[in-house]
Amino acid sequence: MNEIEFLSWVRGPGFQIATVIFVAGIIIRLGETLLLGRKANLAEAKGSEMSSGLRTVAARMLPPDRETFKRSTFTIVAGYIFHIGLFVTIFLYAPHILLIKDVIGFGWPALPSQIVDAFTVVSLIALLAILLHRLTDKVLRHLSGPEDYIVWFVTIAPLLTGYLAFHRLGGSPVMMLAIHILSVELLMVLFPFTKLMHTFTLFLARWYNGAISGYRGVES
Amino acid sequence: MSASLEKGIQALKEQVDSSVASFFSSCVHCGMCADACVFYTETGEPELTPITKTEPLRRIWFSEYTLIGRLMKTLGLAKRVDEQLLSDWETLVYDSCSMCGRCSMVCPVGNDITEMIRRTREGIAAAGHAPEGLIGATQRSVTIGSPMGVRLPALQAQIKHIEKDTGMSVPLDVEGAEYMLLLSSMEIMNFPEFIEAIAKIFDKAGATWTISSEAFEATNAGIQIGVSDIAATLVQRVVDAAEKLKVKTVISPECGHAYMAIRWEGPNLIGKPYNFKVRHILEVLDDFREQGRLTLTGKESQKLTYHDPCQIARRGGVIDEPRNLINMFAENFVEMPENGKMNWCCGAGGGVASIERAEDLKLLAFKHKKSQLDAIHVEAIVSACSTCRMQFEESLEEYHMDIPIISLTETIAEHIAEDK
Ligand code: SF4
Ligand code: SF4
Repeated sequence: MNEIEFLSWVRGPGFQIATVIFVAGIIIRLGETLLLGRKANLAEAKGSEMSSGLRTVAARMLPPDRETFKRSTFTIVAGYIFHIGLFVTIFLYAPHILLIKDVIGFGWPALPSQIVDAFTVVSLIALLAILLHRLTDKVLRHLSGPEDYIVWFVTIAPLLTGYLAFHRLGGSPVMMLAIHILSVELLMVLFPFTKLMHTFTLFLARWYNGAISGYRGVES
Repeated sequence: MSASLEKGIQALKEQVDSSVASFFSSCVHCGMCADACVFYTETGEPELTPITKTEPLRRIWFSEYTLIGRLMKTLGLAKRVDEQLLSDWETLVYDSCSMCGRCSMVCPVGNDITEMIRRTREGIAAAGHAPEGLIGATQRSVTIGSPMGVRLPALQAQIKHIEKDTGMSVPLDVEGAEYMLLLSSMEIMNFPEFIEAIAKIFDKAGATWTISSEAFEATNAGIQIGVSDIAATLVQRVVDAAEKLKVKTVISPECGHAYMAIRWEGPNLIGKPYNFKVRHILEVLDDFREQGRLTLTGKESQKLTYHDPCQIARRGGVIDEPRNLINMFAENFVEMPENGKMNWCCGAGGGVASIERAEDLKLLAFKHKKSQLDAIHVEAIVSACSTCRMQFEESLEEYHMDIPIISLTETIAEHIAEDK
């Protein structure tokens, strides 16, 4: 298989396989979670489950109270930076939007590529710092297992390969683009079966947290 | 597989629902929960990170309730829950967690880690790995009716004393009273002033109340140890007594987990809603205040603060009521740096106080409270939980801090206007 054939494989069958696993995996994971169900609360309520749940879904998007922020400053700041960076790079880069438009039928305006590039660089730096933090902080070292490092790798790989491909670094552009797409496919395949799933399940988790707490009259 | 292990695994399986599955699916191993937990901040031991305490439950969720986990289990690749794991986790879920709920407030993905630990206790207790102190307290609760072994004659003796000293009556088994008061054994034995305070306040407020001779104990060891069947039995006793006496409202006293047990977990444990209300004493007093039935005289000029008992505030929803009440008599009230729903635990709740070997850890955990107190220089601390109160008394002495800790209800009683 030469470069061109490799590229067309990752763009064609490779991408299709990854998409099927990605979508089916997410549906299975959400299904097996939600189908477990949950008993209704029989205690007399002091607040609403629904609105408190929704409130917590939104509230935990924002920075926490000042003291909590002070205690976990690095985790919070680095977390915001790389999540925002990832979002911008994935969803506001013109070629990506074109691809999405191909799949779902509509698109949206893109940011100039130099700006996306800057976000990419910042995200890369944040992810490197996050790895360093994970390797040195005693709590994080205690919590981390192979999955945490694998997930880190499959998250940074598309960013790095995309950056290299965009700047025509690191080998033939065709090959770099193929590797970039392959790295995204790797991310998609692992997504439903690792902690990357938090992208979706955190909405459920926050809702339940807010509902449990809100039922008792406490905003969480 | 031994019978006890099987029971433990079965109990864990019963704890998995869509909320637990969402929580485990969402954890990103960020470590923020550690910084929210007194047992981590004061020891610096990473093993005490809140989410770590849920590992047995996580393994059951993963290997039994996820497709990939079941696949891995079939191939022998999934991590197992065995006797060793459950025994190793005993000190993590009991000695090193007061169920304070603080971790659940900071987790960025929204995990209610406290609830997950509460559920993990069910499996560990079912497998026979609960701490001796808690097993003893639970047995005494079932057979005698009180975790401290307090029997009815002891209560009657205290009531007699109070009636003699004050000339007021403490009603026992009065059918049709509006309120039925529950008491913790600690209040009966160590803080009977609480009963006296209630008698005085309710008399002035013109409210009828009673204590049931069949169910006066408010605490619920079944909740602390994490055995739902026993917890339900203890709740049912209160329900039967309340129905028998036809009261409108059952009052949970100044005890944290008692309120959690009877107010929030109770109906779910027995599987049906109550036909009476349950209120914390502070909620009742705040209602009296609002209705103008609580007239106080005299002010406290000393600098005061309020310690939020976790199960009453963050986990229970009673946060504004104590502040409304304190404002009635305090001239110089200050909040701790983090308070209300973000308050720090005193370190003794969730059953920790009943575990002998956890003594030192409990004292160490108090250091966070100490640093909060050091920041505000108060002359007295007001609170509303006997377990907190014991922990404060012991720890303040240990750390050579000469600050009294007083009950909010009792302080209100002291300020009750004599001529209404
Ligand atoms: S704070 Fe939440 S996401 Fe972070 S490690 Fe703890 S449980 Fe997991
Ligand atoms: S509930 Fe409180 S004591 Fe228990 S793990 Fe969470 S923060 Fe720590």
